[in-house]
Amino acid sequence: MRYLMLLKATQPASPPPPELMEAIARLGEEATKSGALLDFAGLAPSAAGVRLELTSGDLIVSDGPFAEAREVVSYAVYEVRSKEEAVEWGTRFLDVHRKHWPGWEGSTDIHKVFGPEDMAPSS
Amino acid sequence: MTSGRVVTARTVEAVWRMESAALIAGLTRLTQDIGLAEEYAQDALVTALEQWPRTGVPPNPAGWLMTTAKNRAVDAARRRATHAGKLGALQRDVEVHEQAAAAEVDDAIDDHVGDDLLRLVFTACHPSLTLESRVALTLRCLGGLSTPEIARALLAPEATVAQRIVRAKRTLRGVPVELPPACEWPQRLSAVLEVVYLVFNEGYAATAGEDWTRPALCAEALRLGRVLAGLLPAQPEVHGLVALVELQASRLPARTGPDGSAVLLADQDRRRWDRLLIRRGQQALTRAESLGAPIGPYTLQAAIAACHARAATAEETDWRRIADLYTVLAHVWPNPVVEINRAVAMGFAEGPEAGLAHVDALDAEALRDYAPLAAVRGDLLARLGRSEEAAAEFRRAAALTRNQPERAVYEARAAASGNAAPASRRSVPRDDRRR
Repeated sequence: MRYLMLLKATQPASPPPPELMEAIARLGEEATKSGALLDFAGLAPSAAGVRLELTSGDLIVSDGPFAEAREVVSYAVYEVRSKEEAVEWGTRFLDVHRKHWPGWEGSTDIHKVFGPEDMAPSS
Repeated sequence: MTSGRVVTARTVEAVWRMESAALIAGLTRLTQDIGLAEEYAQDALVTALEQWPRTGVPPNPAGWLMTTAKNRAVDAARRRATHAGKLGALQRDVEVHEQAAAAEVDDAIDDHVGDDLLRLVFTACHPSLTLESRVALTLRCLGGLSTPEIARALLAPEATVAQRIVRAKRTLRGVPVELPPACEWPQRLSAVLEVVYLVFNEGYAATAGEDWTRPALCAEALRLGRVLAGLLPAQPEVHGLVALVELQASRLPARTGPDGSAVLLADQDRRRWDRLLIRRGQQALTRAESLGAPIGPYTLQAAIAACHARAATAEETDWRRIADLYTVLAHVWPNPVVEINRAVAMGFAEGPEAGLAHVDALDAEALRDYAPLAAVRGDLLARLGRSEEAAAEFRRAAALTRNQPERAVYEARAAASGNAAPASRRSVPRDDRRR
């Protein structure tokens, strides 16, 4: 089953410490080799983005940054055998932040992607 | 501190399963016995199930599990020593061993993980084991599946699977846990790839039962293939196999109708194909091809699957190229199933007469009970307007298959051919399933 993980955080005042980036790369390599991590990327600040909104039939286009304090800063797509496994990978990802970037705060939302297992009528 | 995370048995099992292959691999190196290693890994799971719900998942679960399992191994050695009445002398040995093992624990879960896993893969897929045993042992030791889970996955009785695993472990007792020597490499690697592909196919085109596909089994094969690609990055056929299963799996969402019925390649809503898996499959294929000649059977089959992936509609399929790829495949990997698929491709590239001629030249005796052969003949006959013969072949195919949704497709085709106008447009490209 597939999960999309969205990491949300406030835009930091300083760039992330290199130790964190190294730890994230190592974790990513481990997750890739174990067959779980399919795709991932960091996202530019929302100042580089655009929001399209459809409200009451009106299409409103507004340039970033978006108003939310926390922005989506990266995404990852995991293929795992259970929700618990997805939670464990997410936990490890936040753990390296805790270890290498004291004071950093953020959240990971884990979304289930619809897959063949959701289509099957039985099982 | 992880607060708010409720550690249930499911959490413990998930984390154990993530670590189990490396755990069993490291323990196999320490004990030189895959059966013992697997038992100690199970012991570690039992201990984790007792402790983690109270203490939380430890910060380094891999290390925790390895230490726990290793302690079990040392305890067992100590008990054996006591039993033999040589406690004094062996106590020292055990302590020395214990210290060495403690130092090795960190090794076992760091630097050596890759090598240990590879040795485990090659041992679990040892040619002295039957294919069924290799599959069961691989799912057990590399997939972390329990015996009941394997039995469910393979639609085999639990007792049969348990028996296979016990027998396999016994057979392996005299087999050194090591990487194959260079001269055996191609044959040993193909024994490994064969296991992964069989697991995939059992999920993709279930041989028997009520479900047309079993996606969880396909997912496990994909995972095993990706692990192998990480362990053996220089082997073109490993990437070829990964490409093949990624590309085939991309069709899973479209391969089953909302009611669980089978939807064959020509009728699939291709917009529902999994684009991420197609992209990954194409990347793996490029990698396999870039690693140099000679091109192997999995890479060739992946190249064929990629032709289908590129066609936005069934009509856009490049059957000429597919037929040519089958000609090469039949040369490097001669077998009747490839010839049947080749006939299908010829039937589209050159016309149904050519396809039928090719099918009829095959050794009918060897394939007498093979449902897809009857279905392919039926399709070619239908396209030639020979409706009654076509209906008879589809009825035969329906009688031969043990998979219920597949039978429903053949029965529908038989009924359609029975009262159809000649030269029906419908067709059953058999490339969708190879086994």
